[in-house]
Order: sequence, then structure tokens, then C-alpha cells
Amino acid sequence: MAEIVIKDLTYVYGKGTPYEMKALDNVTVTFKDNMITGLIGHTGSGKSTLVQMLNGLLRPDSGEVFLDGKNIWDEPKEISKVRFKVGLVMQYPEYQLFDETVRRDIAFGPGNMGMKPDEIEKAVEEAARFAGLKPHLLEKSPFDLSGGQKRRAALAGVIAMHPEVLVLDEPAAGLDPGARREILQRIRDYQRESGKSVIIVSHSMEDMAMYCDRVVVMANGAPVIEGTPAEVFSRAEELYSVGLDVPEVTKVARALRDCGVDIGLDIYTVKFAASRLPGVIEQ
Amino acid sequence: MKNSIAFGQYCEGSSFLHKLDPRWKLVLAVLYIVTIFLCKNVFSFVLVGVTAVGLVLLSEIKPVLILRSLKPLIMIICITAVINIFWLKGETLLWQFGPVSIYLEGIFNALLIVVRVVLLVAVTTLVLTYTTTPIALTDGLEQLLAPLARIKLPVHEFSMMMTIALRFIPTLLEETEKIMNAQRARGADFSTGSLAKRAKALVPILIPLFISAFRRAEELAIAMECRCYTGGEGRTRMNVLHSSYRDVVAVLVMVAILAGVLVINRFAPGYSISM
Repeated sequence: MAEIVIKDLTYVYGKGTPYEMKALDNVTVTFKDNMITGLIGHTGSGKSTLVQMLNGLLRPDSGEVFLDGKNIWDEPKEISKVRFKVGLVMQYPEYQLFDETVRRDIAFGPGNMGMKPDEIEKAVEEAARFAGLKPHLLEKSPFDLSGGQKRRAALAGVIAMHPEVLVLDEPAAGLDPGARREILQRIRDYQRESGKSVIIVSHSMEDMAMYCDRVVVMANGAPVIEGTPAEVFSRAEELYSVGLDVPEVTKVARALRDCGVDIGLDIYTVKFAASRLPGVIEQ
Repeated sequence: MKNSIAFGQYCEGSSFLHKLDPRWKLVLAVLYIVTIFLCKNVFSFVLVGVTAVGLVLLSEIKPVLILRSLKPLIMIICITAVINIFWLKGETLLWQFGPVSIYLEGIFNALLIVVRVVLLVAVTTLVLTYTTTPIALTDGLEQLLAPLARIKLPVHEFSMMMTIALRFIPTLLEETEKIMNAQRARGADFSTGSLAKRAKALVPILIPLFISAFRRAEELAIAMECRCYTGGEGRTRMNVLHSSYRDVVAVLVMVAILAGVLVINRFAPGYSISM
């Protein structure tokens, strides 16, 4: 079980050059255990940079990252252990596939961890099941898979490492709606079944509303709103002001209120709206 | 990351050298190289040396940067110098041990060769790398080679390939970093272990990199074909190169220096080098 706490973290790209740019500005945020946290933000809000801080791919200029109460940069030589505990699936992860078969590619991470062959075998099978890869696909070349299958193979490659925290940067970007729903549903099932913590970066409000237990909104290199989806999406004005949007159904709820039918502004999924409606109609 | 790469270290500026036409800069560089190889004695070397210093001053570029460009060559320079010291037989014997002997002429010769290599590299990097953008350079090269198109050499295609290659270097660097990060997140280790282990650790980077490079190449080719790209014939350019009085002055001065070296060689023999 793992909780990630970030304290006063600042990071500047290209320090000391004319292209200097502050990506993270004094960020303090906690990613809680055993739930799906969504990280939302406009392009350039620092989401991806923050994500690379979580597993030590980037080293903060100032501030700390704590994993289970331990500063991950206390022992810089042990940073690879942090990377095994915090599994990161980068944006468009299908471009990192390289091995001859899907099975061997998924086994790359576990192999690097020094797992024994029979453990690796088990981890690969299990990860493939979580990611929804049928057994016959494991023997294929990763380059023969479809886009959605590749994405799931890359996801399995990280899940196979049994990370305590799974971080996904835009896991559904560039997929068609079907594949999109499937991969997000799989991630959710994985979280529910394993009880581990999952962090999803996205800028799709609909996805976040549907699959996250908690939402952190980033703007200009720092978190601005935090809370449950209901709390966050009821603050539409603030979201608009940082260049974000709210789910369509929340807009419907706001429009209804303007017409005099108040079903509440904390509506963020269609199901939720549907459950509220009968009560309102009775009134 | 991008700033640490020792490639295309163009230094922004508006000096005399920056303003020269890239075509003439190429001509100047060639003239200077020829001049260096024509030098036969100390006096002519002094002349080309002074020219180099003059160019550095004209470029307004920090001399430290130019010294840095010589850094990768230190080994080659040292080896050449040592070989020359032992190789050349002259009249004044300084030291002998069995078949190995050192002559004064050998030392002198080695010294001049070192000066020659240093000047050659320093001036070409200064004129062609530090003060010319890679794109201007390819443009200049294409126009200088344009006459070769008459004998059916695909000059435009060559220069287009060069431009595209230059254009994609930063993209590929970025991509490499992304892939490295992705594999690092899966526990790959590129910096420890034996040489064989490290070489093996490159496979998970190189394969995805090659695949994406091929994909990019194909996409670019399709995009070009979609816009009916047909190559050099009848194309006009976005940036038309203009020569100015500066270029004329620069080339005349360079020719004068070349002539000066020839005169010095003829009338002041001094220590001559045999190559």
C-alpha cells in the first residue's frame, strides 16, 4: 500500500538558458492510497512533468517527493527501486514496445527487477489478463497488434512489475471510443481487484468523471482544485477560468437550473443525473 | 538536454561574419584551407595565423567556444605530432637511441602540422558552424553545386535530404529521450554494468527509435506527395540569398592572403616542410 506525498516541489526546464520555463511551481499535493486519482489540466499545466516526478524520472529543483513517508531522493542510487514501486505508463506507450513477442516485451520490466523465471511467467500471464490480452496474442510480434492491443500490451508491461502505485499518462489518448472505454474500464477493474492506488492523467472531463474517485486540477504548474468529482465539477466557473471544461451532463444540469429545475450542480455522470431526476420531477 | 548536444552550435549574432552570404562563406572556407596547405614556412604560417585571429575578432564569438571545438581533436593532434617527431630525418640530430632518433627538423615539422590542423578546424567551425545556421549552409551548398545539375546530378534532392536530416535531429533527440524514459520506468539501466551489458541495454531504445524514424519518413513522404512535390525544377525559394559588398570584400581579402602566402613561399624560404 502506498501513498505519495509531494511537498513544495518546484521544477524549471532549461535552467540558466534563455529558454528557461517553470513547469512546476511550489506544488503540494497528496495522492491517496487505494483509489483512482485523476490529474486534470490544460496542455502545459505541468501534469506530465509532475507525473515524471512521482517515480524519479525527473529530479525536483526544490521540494520533496515522499513514497510511504520516505523521501525518494534520500538515496539517489536506489531510485530504480522507486521505479519498480511506482509503475509509470507514459503517453503513447505503444512506441516503447521492442521485443520479438508480446510475452517477452511484458517480461522486460519483471526481468529488470530480478524476478525468477517462474515468477515472471506468472506475472506476465496475470498482467495480460488484467490488460485484456488474449493468450494467443502473447506469442505474436508486438508490431502485428492493432493500436488498442498495443496500448494494452504496454499497460501489461507495467502492471507485470506489480507496482504499488500505477501512474498512467493519458492512457486513452488517440484511441477510438470503444478502445477508450475498454482500457479505462480495465484500469478501473485492476484497481478494484488489487486495491492499489492508480493515478490517471487526462484532459477528458467525461473520462475523469466516470472513472475517478478523486480529482486534482492543475493549472500553471500547481494544483488549483482538489476533491471528489462531485465537488470539483460543481465548481464549473473555476474550471472554465483555467481553460478546462465540465462534463456535458453537468452543463445540462446547469442549464436546467437556469430554467428553474434544480437537480443540483454536483451532477457529473448521466447515471447520477438519472437517479436524481425522479425525485425532482415528483416535487 | 537540447543545449548539451554538440551539434549545430550556431551562435546567434549579427557580426560581419554572420552577415556574409553562406555561398561565399563556403568559398572562403575552401580558399582558407587551400591557403593553409600552401604554407611552406614560418612567415606564411604567421600570416594565416593572424588571419584566423582576425576572423575570430570579426565573428564576435568567445574564443573559449573555439577552443572547445578543438577538444575532440586533442588525441588526433597528439598522435600526429608524435609520429612526425620520430619520422622526419634531418641534419641536426638531437637524440638517438638505437633505431629511434629525433631531429630538430622533426620537432619543427610536427609543430607546424599541429598549427595547421588547429587552424583548419578552428576556422572552418568558426565560419561554417558557429556563424552559419545549418539551413543557410545547405541552401548555400545547393546553389554552389547547382551547375552540377547540368550533368544530371540530383543536386536539389541531395540538399533536400540534408535539410530534412537536419530538421529531424531535434525531433529524434526528443523521441530518444521519451523512449529512454519509458524504458527506465520499466527498470532499464543504461549507465552501469560492463560494456557488453550496456550495449545490450541499447536494444530497447534503438528498435522503437528505428521503427518510429521509418514511420516518420513514410508519413513525410506521403505528405509531400499529397502536396505534389516534384523536386527542384521550377521551384522558387522562400529565402533568396543575396551577396553584398561584404562578400566581395571578404573574398578579395582572402585571395590577397593566398597570394601573400605564395609570395612569401617564393621569396622567404626559411624552414620548409615536406609533406
